[in-house]
Amino acid sequence: MTKSKLNLDTDKIAKARELSKQITAPVQEYIEKHTTVAIERTTLRMIGADGVDSVGVPIPNKVLDQIGDNICYGATKYYVNALLKKGLTPDELNNEIANGLDISKLDFVDFSYIEEKAQELVEVFAAKVKANVAYREEKVFKYKAKENSPLLYLIVATGNIYEDVKQAQAAAKQGADIIAVIRTTGQSLLDFVPFGPTTEGFGGTYATQENFKIMRKALDETGEEIGKYIRLVNYCSGLCMPEIAVMGALERLDMMLNDSMYGILFRDINMYRTFVDQKFSRMINSFAGIIINSGEDNYLTTSDAVEKAYTVTASQFINERFAYESGLPAKLMGLGHAFEMNPDIKNGFLLEMAQAQMAHEIFPEAPLKYMPPTKYMTGDIFKGLAMNTLFNFIAKSTNQGILLLGMLTEAIHTPFMQDRFLGVANAKYVLNNIADFSDDIEYKKDGIMQTRAKVVLDETIEFLEEINKTDLFNAIETKMFAEVSRPKNGGKGLSGVAEKAKDYYNPFYTYLENELNIVKKGN
Amino acid sequence: MMIRPYGDTLNDGAVQMSFTLPIAHSAKADEAAIIFGKKLGFKEVEVVHSNPLSDEFTFFVVYGKTEISIDYDKVIVEEVEKSLDFYGVNNFIKENIKRKIVVVGACSGTDAHTVGIDAIMNMKGFDQHYGLERYPMIDAFNLGAQVTNEDLIKKAVELKADAILISQIVTQKDVHIQNLTEFIELLEAEGLRSKMVVCAGGPRIGNKLALELGYDAGFGRGTYPENVASFIVEKIHERAVK
Repeated sequence: MTKSKLNLDTDKIAKARELSKQITAPVQEYIEKHTTVAIERTTLRMIGADGVDSVGVPIPNKVLDQIGDNICYGATKYYVNALLKKGLTPDELNNEIANGLDISKLDFVDFSYIEEKAQELVEVFAAKVKANVAYREEKVFKYKAKENSPLLYLIVATGNIYEDVKQAQAAAKQGADIIAVIRTTGQSLLDFVPFGPTTEGFGGTYATQENFKIMRKALDETGEEIGKYIRLVNYCSGLCMPEIAVMGALERLDMMLNDSMYGILFRDINMYRTFVDQKFSRMINSFAGIIINSGEDNYLTTSDAVEKAYTVTASQFINERFAYESGLPAKLMGLGHAFEMNPDIKNGFLLEMAQAQMAHEIFPEAPLKYMPPTKYMTGDIFKGLAMNTLFNFIAKSTNQGILLLGMLTEAIHTPFMQDRFLGVANAKYVLNNIADFSDDIEYKKDGIMQTRAKVVLDETIEFLEEINKTDLFNAIETKMFAEVSRPKNGGKGLSGVAEKAKDYYNPFYTYLENELNIVKKGN
Repeated sequence: MMIRPYGDTLNDGAVQMSFTLPIAHSAKADEAAIIFGKKLGFKEVEVVHSNPLSDEFTFFVVYGKTEISIDYDKVIVEEVEKSLDFYGVNNFIKENIKRKIVVVGACSGTDAHTVGIDAIMNMKGFDQHYGLERYPMIDAFNLGAQVTNEDLIKKAVELKADAILISQIVTQKDVHIQNLTEFIELLEAEGLRSKMVVCAGGPRIGNKLALELGYDAGFGRGTYPENVASFIVEKIHERAVK
C-alpha cells in the first residue's frame, strides 16, 4: 500500500463509489432485460459462426437477418439446432449459410439436445480462451524484467495491415511494450465486422479477426527475438463492441479500448444499445484477461481540463462500477485520463500532477492509462517534445500503468517512424532518471496539489450526486457529460436492441456470468 | 530583398533537417545521408546524429548550407483578412444584417474527428476564444461527425442556413479533397451554392486550396472562431449589398 501523498478523505472516496453504484443500478436492470444484435452475433461467433457470403455479408449478420424479431429468444438455439439437424461442423454450416441456407426455417430438435450440444461448444470456446490466457501469463512472467514501468504504448495506423506490421515490429524493437493498431475512421459506426486481411483504410486499419491474427503473429515473433511479451491493443467500441471483444479473446489481444459511455457521447451511438453491449464486451474481456482502456481523455478534448477535471474522475468511478458489474477485476481496469492542460496556465503542471496522483490513489490497483497532450500540440515540434517530457515526468512520478507516448508531430501527420523513436527515447530517459522519485517525495500539506485534489474530489461527488438525482439516462440527455446532449431514443443502433423473451437462451452469456461470479440485479 | 535561411550569420543559409532512410545503421549509412543532403543541393552537409530505428531503418539529424535565395518582394500570398472579435461580429450583424444568422457546421464524410468543428462551434470554443454557439447573434448548429454531404445539405436547407462550415481532419490519400469536391457539386446541383457562404476548415486546409475547390474560404491551423465568424458576416453583407 502506497502512502497517500494527497491526504485524500477516504470517506469521500467511499461515498463516490456508493453514488456510482446507485447511478449504475437502474442501467444494470435495463441491461439484464435486453439483448442486442451485436450480442447475438457475438454469441454466434463464440459457437463458431464466421466467414462471409459471396457479397461479403458476415455469416453472423446473415443469421441475424434470418432470425429477425426472434432474437428475443437468442440466436444460439437456431444455430445449434442447425448444426444438429444437418449433422455439420460450424465450418461446414457456415458454408451452407453462405450458400443460402436459412436456418430459421428448420424444424427444431428436442431442446435437451440443443442444450447438450451448446454446452459442448461452450467448453470448446472456453478452452481456447483459457489457453490464450495461460500463454500470455507464462510469457509475461518469463519476460517481466524487460518491461518498462509504466508500460510504453505506441500506435500504428497505416490502413494496411502488412505495413502496420513493419511499423509495429520496429516500434517494439525501439522499446514499446504495447502496440495499438488504430482503427479506420468510421468503423465504429458499422453494424458488422469486416472480414479478412485489409490493406485500405483511412486514418487507421480495419479491425478484422484476420488482421488481429496477422499482427499477433508478428508481435510474438518480434517478442521472442528481443525477449519481451509485446501486448496488442485494438478497439472494443462502436456498434460491434462485444463482437470485437470475442475476436480479441480468440486471437489473444491483450488490451481493448472499451468505455461504458464513449460511443454514446462521442460517436452518437444510442445509449441503450451501448449500455447493453458494453456489459457483454467487458465480460468477455474479463474472461480473456484483457485490460480495458476507458476513454476519459476524450472529455478533455472538448472541455477544459481545469474546469472539467471532475468529469474525468466521475467517469472513472462510473466506468469502474460498470466494469465491476461485468466481473472485471481492478487489475484489468486501465481507467483513462489525459495531460490536456493549457500550457500557458501558471502551475498547470501541479494541477495536472495532482489529478494523476489522485487517480492513482483512488484506483491503486488499476493500471491507469495516461494519454499525452494533443489539444495544445501545435506545429512547433520542439515545444511539443518539451511538453511530452513533462507528461512523461508525471506519468512516472505518479505511477501510471500505461503510458501512451506523445508524438512530437501530433496535430501534423500520422507519426513518422522516427517520431515514435523520439517518443520512446524521451520516455526512457525520464523513466530511468526519476526511477524512484515517487518514493522519495511527499507533497506539501495543504499545498497547491493537495488542495487541488480535494477540490476536484468534492466537485466529483457533487456531480455524481446530481447525476444520481436525475438518473444516468437523463443526465446524458441533458448535456451533463462532455457538453453534448444525446437523446434516449436518438443515435445509431437502437433498432438493434430487443427485450429478452422469458425463455431467452444464451448458454455463453450464462457461462461467463457464472465464471465471473456476476450477481444479477433482477429476479 | 534576397533572403536565405539564417543560422548565426546573415546569408549563411544554414538548414536543420531530420529524416529516416530505409537502411541499417552503419558508417556507410551516415555517408549515404550526406550524399542525400548534397543531392538536395546543400553544401557542407554534416550528419550530427544518427540512430538505428530497427534493423532496416536509420534516423539522421543533418545540417547543411544552401546557396539558394529567394526574392521576398516577389512573394504573393492569399490570406483571409483577419478579423473582427466576438463583440465586433455581433455588432456587425446587428447593424448591417439586422437579424440573427444561421450557421450549420459538420465534420463530414467518413471523418470522425470533431475536434476542429468543435473548436469553432462549441459554446466553449478553445484557447479562451468562444465558439459560435456563444454568439448571441448567431444560431449555430453543430451536426457532429460523419455527416454525409446529402444530410448536411438537407439539414442546412431545413434550418435556413446562411453559412455552412465543413471540417476535414483526416486527409490520408486525399480523402478530404474528394469529399469537399463532392459537397460543392451537390450544392451546385441543388442550386444552393450562391445562397450560402460555404467554408472549409482543417489542419491541412488553407484558403488557397478551399478557393480552388469552389469554397468561399478555407481556414487552417491557428484559426479562431471569430476569424470564421467575421468572414461569414462580411460575406453575407457583401452579397446582400450587391
